[in-house]
Amino acid sequence: MNVMPDIKSLVEEIDFGTPASSAEKQVTLTVDGRSITVPEGTSIMRASMEAGVEIPKLCATDMLDSFGSCRICLVEIDGRNGTPASCTTPVGEGMVVRTQSDRLDAIRRGVMELYVSDHPMGWNEQAGTGASEFDAVAASVGLAENRYGVEGRNHVEPTGGGVAPGHGSLAIDYIARDESNPYFTYDPAQCIVCSRCVRACEEVQGTFALTIEGRGFESRMVASMNEAFVESECVSCGACVQACPTDALREKSVLEKGMPERSVVTTCAYCGVGCSFKAEVKANEAGQDEVIRMMPYKEGKANHGHSCVKGRFAYGYSTHKDRILNPMLREKITDPWREVSWDEAIAHTAKEFRRIQHQYGRTSIGGITSSRCTNEETYLVQKMVRQGFRNNNVDTCARVCHSPTGYGLGQTYGTSAGTQDFDSVDESDVIMIIGANPTDAHPVFASRMKRRLRQGARLIVLDPRRTDIVRSAHVEAQYHLPLKPGTNVAMLSALAHVIVTEGLFDEAFIRERCDWAEFQDWASFVALPENSPEIVGELAGVDPEAIRGAARLFATGGNGAIYYGLGVTEHSQGSTTVMAIANLAMATGNIGRRGVGVNPLRGQNNVQGSCDMGSFPHELPGYRHISGEAVRDIYESLWGVKLDDEPGLRIPNMLDAAVDGSFKGIYIQGEDILQSDPDTRHVAAGLAAMECVVVHDLFLNETANYAHVFLPGSTFLEKDGTFTNAERRINMVRKVLEPKSTYADWEATQKLAQAIGLDWNYTHPSQIMDEIAQTTPSFAGVSFEFLDKVGSVQWPCNEKAPMGTPIMHVDGFVRGKGKFIRTEYVATDERTGPRFPLLLTTGRILSQYNVGAQTRRTGNVVWHDEDRLEIHPHDAENRGLRDGDWVRIQSRAGETTLRALITDRVSPGVVYTTFHHPDTQANVVTTDFSDWATNCPEYKVTAVQVAPSNGPSDWQEEYDEFARRSRRIKGHLEAAE
Amino acid sequence: MSMQPASTEIEARTASIVQNLKDLEGPLLPILHGIQAEFGYVPQGSLPVIAHALNLSRAEVHGVVTFYHDFRREPAGRHILKLCQAEACQSMGSDAVAARLKQLLGIGFHETTKDGSVTLEPVYCLGLCACSPSAMLDGEVIGRLDNEKIDAIVAEVRA
Repeated sequence: MNVMPDIKSLVEEIDFGTPASSAEKQVTLTVDGRSITVPEGTSIMRASMEAGVEIPKLCATDMLDSFGSCRICLVEIDGRNGTPASCTTPVGEGMVVRTQSDRLDAIRRGVMELYVSDHPMGWNEQAGTGASEFDAVAASVGLAENRYGVEGRNHVEPTGGGVAPGHGSLAIDYIARDESNPYFTYDPAQCIVCSRCVRACEEVQGTFALTIEGRGFESRMVASMNEAFVESECVSCGACVQACPTDALREKSVLEKGMPERSVVTTCAYCGVGCSFKAEVKANEAGQDEVIRMMPYKEGKANHGHSCVKGRFAYGYSTHKDRILNPMLREKITDPWREVSWDEAIAHTAKEFRRIQHQYGRTSIGGITSSRCTNEETYLVQKMVRQGFRNNNVDTCARVCHSPTGYGLGQTYGTSAGTQDFDSVDESDVIMIIGANPTDAHPVFASRMKRRLRQGARLIVLDPRRTDIVRSAHVEAQYHLPLKPGTNVAMLSALAHVIVTEGLFDEAFIRERCDWAEFQDWASFVALPENSPEIVGELAGVDPEAIRGAARLFATGGNGAIYYGLGVTEHSQGSTTVMAIANLAMATGNIGRRGVGVNPLRGQNNVQGSCDMGSFPHELPGYRHISGEAVRDIYESLWGVKLDDEPGLRIPNMLDAAVDGSFKGIYIQGEDILQSDPDTRHVAAGLAAMECVVVHDLFLNETANYAHVFLPGSTFLEKDGTFTNAERRINMVRKVLEPKSTYADWEATQKLAQAIGLDWNYTHPSQIMDEIAQTTPSFAGVSFEFLDKVGSVQWPCNEKAPMGTPIMHVDGFVRGKGKFIRTEYVATDERTGPRFPLLLTTGRILSQYNVGAQTRRTGNVVWHDEDRLEIHPHDAENRGLRDGDWVRIQSRAGETTLRALITDRVSPGVVYTTFHHPDTQANVVTTDFSDWATNCPEYKVTAVQVAPSNGPSDWQEEYDEFARRSRRIKGHLEAAE
Repeated sequence: MSMQPASTEIEARTASIVQNLKDLEGPLLPILHGIQAEFGYVPQGSLPVIAHALNLSRAEVHGVVTFYHDFRREPAGRHILKLCQAEACQSMGSDAVAARLKQLLGIGFHETTKDGSVTLEPVYCLGLCACSPSAMLDGEVIGRLDNEKIDAIVAEVRA
């Protein structure tokens, strides 16, 4: 079944001009003789559009509040004087509106004539597309002549064959184009000062990086204080480009290659927000389709037409020259790679896996599923391991990020996922962010959050670092608790201590929804003196009064919502912290309705989905334990094999077993464990000890340096499937282009499964989803057909919830009664001391993504071309460091070098870095400590010493040389030397 | 010519003005007036300091500063002469007054004489239409400008 919509069409979304009104009361009016009923507060412009009457407009768009500056959208209303702007005039009962008349036509033409007199028209591709809204409006108002001439002050008279603006001889008020942004250009000559870009930056993105400089003829949009875009406060989200009705702000790709010809609605493959995009495509000169731009899709329920720099612009990796397009083999990892056919690669891999199992036993091989791939692909990898390898040695990268979320929320509430949809934040009164940096890591949701904060919601941030959301234009946290890394559990207990001892808990909620005896037990625990803000404040380096204030605000400030990230989970007590968060939400009654809840911000596009799909060694799809006979029965009868009822190995256990000699082969789909997993040298030793390492990826990643088989992967643009975002929303991924590597990842996995003897015959991912729905109760109602119809759905989606479940635990917890669990603080074994006096914590930055395999291969490197070590001025001074100096950072696990960035965003005693660049190898430094329940590594706390250095460490140099040698491909030029 | 202060000094003096005024309702314009009073202009280096203190973006502060012509971006001369160029004054010959002053001072609008004695600026209505053409010298208004008064003004600013 091919469910792709008509592939030759360009998806055009209707622009209603002003946002929808949510009023209940309906108003009926007449527009050009048509009767239309709309909610009270709707603009005449929007009501007209809904009636099918389009009013010309320039400064209005439905992503932004009405502004009323362009004077094009004027209408006549019976019984009213003048010609009011339809964008700023709300509808009234019985109103009779005319959008067309001789008088209106004359006014609109007159206004447009003035615009045109100061605007280059009909330019070639150097200047613009000729296909902007401005061009369309000029045509629609019937502008035929221009009495004022075209020698406007802001652009140059076209002479001869037409000179592009700014390239002629007149230089009146000419301002050069700003080409500094890698993705879009700003041509002030074409700006009509409608302020749509400025308003988009403020209202939609919340960055406030743009303004109108000057007044009158001099007024022009500028970034920051008339700075180059790339040096300004701009975060390159592209909302301004999307909003611009002219070609003043325009994607460079469109200027170079022309307007797109067709588009496909799909889902972004970067973070866990899961934004919907229209991938817009055009055939190049060779007749091959290429993506011209990614346009956020307004119908997308996660992003509502907004995007960030990664999703909108950073797709260039998909055509980067580093992409490997052919399968490759080699005997030893010291050999150069040899390109082979798919058949040879698959046959070789199957033979090797069978040999290893024969020689070393059934459990000597395993697989790793990818949080970057689709649900269907993930499902197939775990199915191949369980059905084909006949063991449960399957794990996923969620092991190293949100496995404690699954465990903690599963224990307390009964589901391993966040409780809300993103829209819920619009009704939050107090937002608590714990160990998350949404403006960098989940930017589109951060914009939603910031908008709510600007509307008056209050903010509490628990983070060792002063992240941007703590204080940035028009947003400021009421409480920032800059706790010492590793003290989360103690801090949450201290917040609970205040709530319990001051009687601020929601007794009615707890009595109705939770077990009262368990609550009392928990309450007596958090009320212990060692959990008081005074004691914990001392331990965590936070003012006790701030802890008390934050607790009181959260408990009494109205709807309280908690959002958290890897700063919660990647600790030795990650699961405990998740449970402490769950306790806090229950104790304050903040579960089960809009505006509240506990919400993990998922790092990767499909980390929720990969967990849902049975990627863990102990769980079948839908979080059902492998020991459950009834669950195994479902799969055993469908797959025709007996399943192992014992959980298999987790990633760290696989590596340990490899070092011990009992684990010899692994299939790794779309994960770079060498770079992303802790204690790099241990990972390297484990991989080096294996006999068949299969890496299925887009690039020769760091893990591939240890691989014997390389299978070329496909990008999200090259396959059909689904991703599940942080709000449990299952979004469609649709094939935009054919896979450059011949096979989509699910096809490659299927070929391998067939080669090891499995009878798989999927011809489309929709059939895989059908199998998932058939076997997994929480997905029972999901199918591609259904998703095509409704756009997206949040699981559980089944008979009980046919349209999905935006908010969980509405009438009661999934597990029955919400469970309060004591959360005793146990300090990590990773402690500072005389040798390692500083605490290192890690994170990411807006323009880069995870290990950087994708974003480093895009224009995004202009914003972050290296990882830096953030260090407090006090600690820097003690070590004689200046900003930009090379430093050596050393832990008991290893050392690496990078350049210092001196900043008071980190507290004294804490240092911070990102891990986007492989030459930094930040995870050489991180240790093998991990969460007690789930083995999630303790990335966020490593005791280190920092000292001046004059260059890369020995490990970095050795590794660079090794990586260079290991990437040689026979017959390729770069391999010749 | 008046010397521009060092950037660290600008930041420190700006910060102290901001500190005194930031709790007003709508503090941005009073702060900008305070800075102009302190420095004689609004130095570029003041803007990030104001933006940070008021939790605004640099862009927003820049937009406000550049909207008001009265906020100067460069140090002015010792005297500031504003010449009305609005309709009533134009009808009473302000163009000729402007031409004569420009010639006598050797500068155009928005410029300062080389010796730093005076800055000449156009202004659009001083509310003195009944006494057109009019001007304002260092905050004092002068009506019914004629050659004699122009010479007196030039003599005063040159003194």
